[in-house]
Amino acid sequence: MSTSTSPAVQRTFDVEEIRAQFPILKELVHGKPLVYFDNAATSQKPRRAIKAESTYYATINANVHRGVHTLSTKATEAQEAARETVRAHINAQHAHEIIFTCGTTASINLAATSLGQLLLKKGDEVVISGMEHHSNIVPWQLACERHGAVLKVIPITDSGEWDMSAIPARGRNDILTDKTRILAISHVSNTLGTINPAKKLIAQAKKKGIITVVDGAQAAPHLKIDVQDLGCDLYAFSGHKAYGPTGTGVLYGREELLERMPPWQGGGEMIDTVTLEKSTWAKLPFKFEAGTPHIAGIIGLGEAIRWMQDYDLDAMAAHERTLLEHATKELLAIDGLRIIGTAKEKVGVISFVIDGVHHYDLGTLLDQQGIAVRTGHHCTQPLMDRFGVSGTTRASFACFNTIAEVDAMVAGVKKGVKMLR
Amino acid sequence: MTLTQAQQEVVDEFAMFTDWQDRYEHLIELGKDLPLIAPEKKTEENIVRGCQSRVWLNAEYRASTPLSAGTVHFTADSDAMITKGLIALLVRVLNDRTPQEILETPLTFIDTIGLREHLSPNRSNGLSAMMDQMKRYALAYSSKT
Repeated sequence: MSTSTSPAVQRTFDVEEIRAQFPILKELVHGKPLVYFDNAATSQKPRRAIKAESTYYATINANVHRGVHTLSTKATEAQEAARETVRAHINAQHAHEIIFTCGTTASINLAATSLGQLLLKKGDEVVISGMEHHSNIVPWQLACERHGAVLKVIPITDSGEWDMSAIPARGRNDILTDKTRILAISHVSNTLGTINPAKKLIAQAKKKGIITVVDGAQAAPHLKIDVQDLGCDLYAFSGHKAYGPTGTGVLYGREELLERMPPWQGGGEMIDTVTLEKSTWAKLPFKFEAGTPHIAGIIGLGEAIRWMQDYDLDAMAAHERTLLEHATKELLAIDGLRIIGTAKEKVGVISFVIDGVHHYDLGTLLDQQGIAVRTGHHCTQPLMDRFGVSGTTRASFACFNTIAEVDAMVAGVKKGVKMLR
Repeated sequence: MTLTQAQQEVVDEFAMFTDWQDRYEHLIELGKDLPLIAPEKKTEENIVRGCQSRVWLNAEYRASTPLSAGTVHFTADSDAMITKGLIALLVRVLNDRTPQEILETPLTFIDTIGLREHLSPNRSNGLSAMMDQMKRYALAYSSKT
């Protein structure tokens, strides 16, 4: 197993030691050891994160930012410690730039609704890419409809990358124009695994004064995120895809922009004063956190991130890359198998189709062998249309997966293909 | 044969298989034997919603005669083989029965033959959607009897 040469505070990367921390990996599915390759949908959780959530309920459960009593203080401190953990993890400047939501979808809906209200007028343009998850398409369609704006799309190449020739840095530019107000792009594709050159495109957009929003749902579990280095205005991700609890998400926003953005949902926690005629808003981040947050989940998310930080993230990424390379090589040896998404820079996500084999059938037969993959359009129907397929089978890896599991999947695919042909 | 007896026949047939592979191989074979739906019936409106694979289901009412009661005749198809096998089973037990019998007899055989996961309320599999659709046809035709 690969070892890291990272600072002594971080633990050496040992996949067996990591696996021991994920209780679910001991489960049997159809009597067989679970092989979990659906991490892009939601990752499994280490015991530490699970425990942090239950310990909150068992020992300090109280509403945050409200009571003067001890439990409320402790719950508030634990939640705000998680906010600071997230801030440091993505290198935001201030903790109040971290808004907790229930997931990437909610984060992007907040962004689209609020930014739409702030920026969009009739004839303005919003730019997305052709590989976006529906969560980074539909909120922008709604915002465009509401304000009479136009949605434009960056085309995708055959290898599953942004067609940068369509967005020249200089000269005639049909995508980023003088009318473009917002650029909303994914950092990493959930279907293809492509790591996009987000920093480069953001820099181009910034020169034109375009507000940039990044869907980081698939980047957060795999890459070191540095929002200041990326230079984006807003960055959204989910806790549950990054070893944290379901129902948790983050929207990072640059302070100055967040100050200008109108609130999305109204309610408790987000106000300063309320009269029946007019309310004034609480300061950041609470202006965007109406209602009681998912306190237990947020505390669990903080712990999941601290757990990740105990390891050398580069070593984790290297391990996942080894899995990807091995899976790619072994799968391509199967007759009639084609990989959708062959970008040079990818995270551990591999989508494929096989001649004469429906992805639903293959997914069902893999499940019978204890192997969990995702099948279908992966909430990226426009991307499926681009590649002319109705769906794919997708295996997505996490740090706890092994080469032996990849081999089990490849054997399972071969068995399935034999049964179906 | 009543619908209940037809279900029992399927249950007995699947009881011969001891492991998943034999069970699914049989299901795939059944799919291959599914009588083909007429190409002109593979319309957008005959697509069953809620399936990850495409499923077409067509129903026709065969009116009663002095000798027999009116029955429902189903034909179907899918682009996925396991789904096709599941529809073949549904068509086999429900075909050419009176709307009343289709409506009144609970379908229990899928559960009994170890294909229960296909009934889970999961967006990806449309077996429950197919069963619901077949019952809806029966309900619509029941007014004709």
